[in-house]
Amino acid sequence: MRIDKDLVAASATPLVLGILSEGELHGYAIIKKVGELSGGDMQWTDGMLYPLLHRLERLGHLEARWGHSPETGRRRKHYAITPSGREALAERREQWSVVAKALRQVWHNAQLPPAMETGWA
Amino acid sequence: MEPQEGLEAQIDYWRGYVARRRAISPADLDELEDHLREQIAERRAGGLDEDESFLVAIKRMGNLDAVSREFAREHSERLWKQLVLLPEHPAAAGVPPWRELAVVLSLAVGAGLALKAGLSWLGGDEVLLRNAGLLVFPFLAAYFAWKRQLSGRLLLALVVPFAALAVVLNAYPFAPEGSTGMLAALHAPVLLWLLAGVAYVGGRWRSDGRRMDFVRFTGELAIYFTLLGLGGGVLIGLTAAVLQLVGLDLEPAMEAWILPFAVPGALVVAAWLVEAKQDVIENIAPVLTRIFTPLTIAMLLAMLVVLTTAGGLLDVDRGLLILMNAVLVLVLCLLLYALSAREPLAPAGIFDVMQLVLLVAALAVDAVMLTAMLARIAEFGSSPNKIAALGLNLLLLVHLLWAARLSAGFLRGRCRFAVLERWQTRYLPVYGLWAALVVFVFPPVFAFA
Repeated sequence: MRIDKDLVAASATPLVLGILSEGELHGYAIIKKVGELSGGDMQWTDGMLYPLLHRLERLGHLEARWGHSPETGRRRKHYAITPSGREALAERREQWSVVAKALRQVWHNAQLPPAMETGWA
Repeated sequence: MEPQEGLEAQIDYWRGYVARRRAISPADLDELEDHLREQIAERRAGGLDEDESFLVAIKRMGNLDAVSREFAREHSERLWKQLVLLPEHPAAAGVPPWRELAVVLSLAVGAGLALKAGLSWLGGDEVLLRNAGLLVFPFLAAYFAWKRQLSGRLLLALVVPFAALAVVLNAYPFAPEGSTGMLAALHAPVLLWLLAGVAYVGGRWRSDGRRMDFVRFTGELAIYFTLLGLGGGVLIGLTAAVLQLVGLDLEPAMEAWILPFAVPGALVVAAWLVEAKQDVIENIAPVLTRIFTPLTIAMLLAMLVVLTTAGGLLDVDRGLLILMNAVLVLVLCLLLYALSAREPLAPAGIFDVMQLVLLVAALAVDAVMLTAMLARIAEFGSSPNKIAALGLNLLLLVHLLWAARLSAGFLRGRCRFAVLERWQTRYLPVYGLWAALVVFVFPPVFAFA
């Protein structure tokens, strides 16, 4: 399934913050985690993740440090969430739950017509 | 190991290709490369061969133009000279370089002609001093207007204040040798420079980032202008020496023709150089600020010692007070320029400590100056000069005090660098308002004395 671009963009910040709230990760691991969480349905353009990470860092939601890859020893940048990032995450979470709640009702109502048909049959 | 080399060569080639994007720094490139290599390794583990893995990894990285545009949006300071981000349609991008050069040179000559005309037809040194900025400014603004293709509304927003300034500077009945006339002449360039800033940022003067770009531009312009001046000075000196040997005196030609054309011309050319060749200076700028920050601290401390041990602040000469104000403005310019040249994401380091020391030293000097000024005003009463100096001093005090507070917060990790930057750029218009007050309101209030 292809997910609409705007929807991916809107959910990217809470997803990244939420994933990092469990512990520090580097970019590739974040992308993999997104794939796992969505059962492979959500595919980000890999390159677009990094400007987003840098923006969150500038806003003070994330902290970055350079480390090394344990297998190859290559330079690698790790990101960790900050207290301000946790606040932002909590705020996003509230917003999304409002949206989700509203949508749940919409889905519920939208499913009514076929359900009514079966009721008459 | 043949195929392995093939993959390395491909990655190298990709790196070189991405490195050409200005918005992506070498550190970002390391980060992206690490990502690419991991993606390739995972595809390889899944059974794809090297070429296929590489292609998939590249494809998943996304369209490079779109990605680097995204980087540019986040790190605009990396390509601050291109106010438009990457051209959306490469074919429509830019004008031939020779046309820009032609525009720049004709504007430079135009600025020279305007100043020469002013020198020939405007009577009196004072009138000329008040109008010098007005004569040169339109050519600099015209360059930005051409370069940024400003809209008609924005042009109007530039022309109206300019016209108001021109009218006031020439229609007010300033008393000859009076201080309000002198003050207006000194403050008008500040207003003109801020107007030039509005043109420079293409009307987006509300944006903090753009304002910082203009600060950066101002610093680089000063450097280029100085370099051009030094080079020109050497050439003129050598020419004068040779001409003297054959019995010709260059000095009359120098005053009448060479300087009136060279100085405004150099200003316009320097502005163009900053726009076109900014990479060159960008590497020097952090070095220069690092050299001059400790030197300026030493200078301020020496001044502080002299001022406090000299005793009798009341007797401090008026000239000294004005000079010290100039020193503080210079310190502020250095500070702003150093901030604008700094990588915003870098953690606080020794240089940031040094900047805080500079701020504190400047604050101490400012406090001594304020005491001296207030003492003078209490003793001898107020005058336009004293009020203007006092006002500027208070503005500087607020600016420095808050900057020092934020800077200390940044060092202790309590606030982000962006907050410090924002304070500086938000405060800048205050100086413009003050300058406008001195130019427009002071003369009538003080009866044009």
